[in-house]
Amino acid sequence: MSVLVFTENWDGKFKKLSFELISYATKLAEMLNTKSIALSIGEVEKSELEKLGKYGAHKIISIINKNLDILDNQVYSQLIADIAQKEEVTVIVLANNNVGKALAPRLSVRLKAGLGAGVTKLPVNIDPFVVYKKVYSGNAFAEVRIKSEIKILTIAQNSFDLIETYNHAEIVNTEVFVADGQVKTQMLEVQKQTGKILLTDAEIVVSGGRGMKTPDNWGPLIEMASLLGAATACSRPVSDEGWRPHEEHTGQTGKIISPNLYFAIGISGATQHLAGVSSSKVIVAINTDKDAPIFEAANYGIVGDAIKVLPKLVDAIKELKGK
Amino acid sequence: MKILVCISNVPDTTTKVKFIDNSRTLDTVGVQWVINPWDELALTRALELKDDPANGIQQVAVAHVGLVSAEPTIRKALAIGADEAFRVNSYAKDAFFVAAQLSEVIKTNPFDIILCGIESSDYNGSSVGGMLSEFLGINSVSAVSSIKIENGKSLIHREIDGGKEILTIPSPYVAIVQKGIAKEPRIAAMRGIMMARTKPIKVSEPVDIDSLTEVIHFELPKPRTACKFVDPENPKQLIELLQNEAKII
Ligand SMILES: Cc1cc2nc3c(=O)[nH]c(=O)nc-3n(C[C@H](O)[C@H](O)[C@H](O)COP(=O)(O)OP(=O)(O)OC[C@H]3O[C@@H](n4cnc5c(N)ncnc54)[C@H](O)[C@@H]3O)c2cc1C
Repeated sequence: MSVLVFTENWDGKFKKLSFELISYATKLAEMLNTKSIALSIGEVEKSELEKLGKYGAHKIISIINKNLDILDNQVYSQLIADIAQKEEVTVIVLANNNVGKALAPRLSVRLKAGLGAGVTKLPVNIDPFVVYKKVYSGNAFAEVRIKSEIKILTIAQNSFDLIETYNHAEIVNTEVFVADGQVKTQMLEVQKQTGKILLTDAEIVVSGGRGMKTPDNWGPLIEMASLLGAATACSRPVSDEGWRPHEEHTGQTGKIISPNLYFAIGISGATQHLAGVSSSKVIVAINTDKDAPIFEAANYGIVGDAIKVLPKLVDAIKELKGK
Repeated sequence: MKILVCISNVPDTTTKVKFIDNSRTLDTVGVQWVINPWDELALTRALELKDDPANGIQQVAVAHVGLVSAEPTIRKALAIGADEAFRVNSYAKDAFFVAAQLSEVIKTNPFDIILCGIESSDYNGSSVGGMLSEFLGINSVSAVSSIKIENGKSLIHREIDGGKEILTIPSPYVAIVQKGIAKEPRIAAMRGIMMARTKPIKVSEPVDIDSLTEVIHFELPKPRTACKFVDPENPKQLIELLQNEAKII
């Protein structure tokens, strides 16, 4: 028995998300009286792999194979399922991000293992196995029982605290064979921006809506974000109008995020918008309309004109950072 | 080439959900049912591809697992422009069950491209597309924000952190689509609504398969603590609260 964690790396480095998964899996393994194992695919240095041990991984299976450079869903899920069977895994843990969402459902069918997608905390019960997750785009939560012997969980980002345990993990370099012809996904081009804080990783997000009036008014909002080390975001109409890039659109049909702090500036708080941001730990709203629905979701609010309030906020943050 | 779009029937996205039966079942009184927004965009893209004869798409069909009560939603998909529909006559027990039923439909009616939305707005599972591809033993691409066809080959954009990959993959495949796949959902015109009445909905009975999960309890989010208001003339106070009370900056 064991709990297997699929860890992604980004150019050979792990992220906080990876450590959240290991922390989660290690806690879960304790509840099940077993150990957690991390699986890493791709070139990652030993010192980086050892970090997984710090958060409780008991063993780290490291696989390097050039035919795994491209994410081919079929090849990856077959490989992970094979390892899961060999290690007699009872739970597989993945992130509820693009890659996790691509692989977890395939693993579910391959292993006949029930999938708990986007769980936000440890299982509420082990026998029967019951997980807790967001449903109806955040308008409700559900307890879901997984009936199969093997279980697959994808964990919502930033919903589980890191726990350092200083296990000394054993690193096992494992050879696998992937035939050239097996990889059917063919990469033509990769377009990537670097250096920008990713919206899904950001702990603070500053977001603007139609109440910002024109794209020219974004200056202070961007300045505020950079002072706070935050990412910038926007509501759907703003990206539809082309005021801001599409990657910034949050909500039901955009990115779903759960930062520690979310600023909604000139955003009315439509249910479809809240669907993407309601898991934020703290929400601050700035809006001219005191009855705007965003104030029902917000912890702190300012009723006022964003265009006038933002420069003052920027000054206040500068003063704070100056200290 | 033929494209299949798998559609889910969900409460309108503005629905204030409520539960009955000891919080085990959605209260459907007064609920407006719609095509899941992602699936609607997937269907829109499928129809756009069919519009250009160079792409060689002969047919766009939709498939749904659900009871007869979902037929208005299926008719809407036909009115938007799908040529025919498949319905597996069963309550959708869970994603695994739904994907298994859809795979049976596709085994007897093969398609070259199968489109699923990234998630349904009810269970937010992001599951059916991936599961379906595994049941069919074919490849899948997730996080798809664009599909084009060039010389019979699919050119696919896959979103990755901070960018995208442009890739190709042989048919048949399942594409799990998200933002970007189509701009605005296509709206049914009067002519489409009339034509939809005579388009076929092929109904089949489910195969016997167990679900792997079940919802045992729903709950509504806990009300947030009341919003604390700060004087707009003195936003400095907000920063102090975030620092000293919320301890977050
Ligand atoms: C199927 C579907 C999916 C959708 N998905 C999404 C989604 O993913 N994300 C999303 O955001 N939307 C989504 N929407 C759209 C959503 O319903 C709202 O229309 C949208 O969120 C509104 O954006 P907004 O708050 O920026 O603009 P508005 O609703 O126009 O609100 C602007 C707000 O700014 C305030 N304001 C005006 N002037 C000022 C000022 N000077 N200072 C401060 N405040 C000011 C106003 O009081 C108002 O509250 C979706 C809709 C549908 C039907």
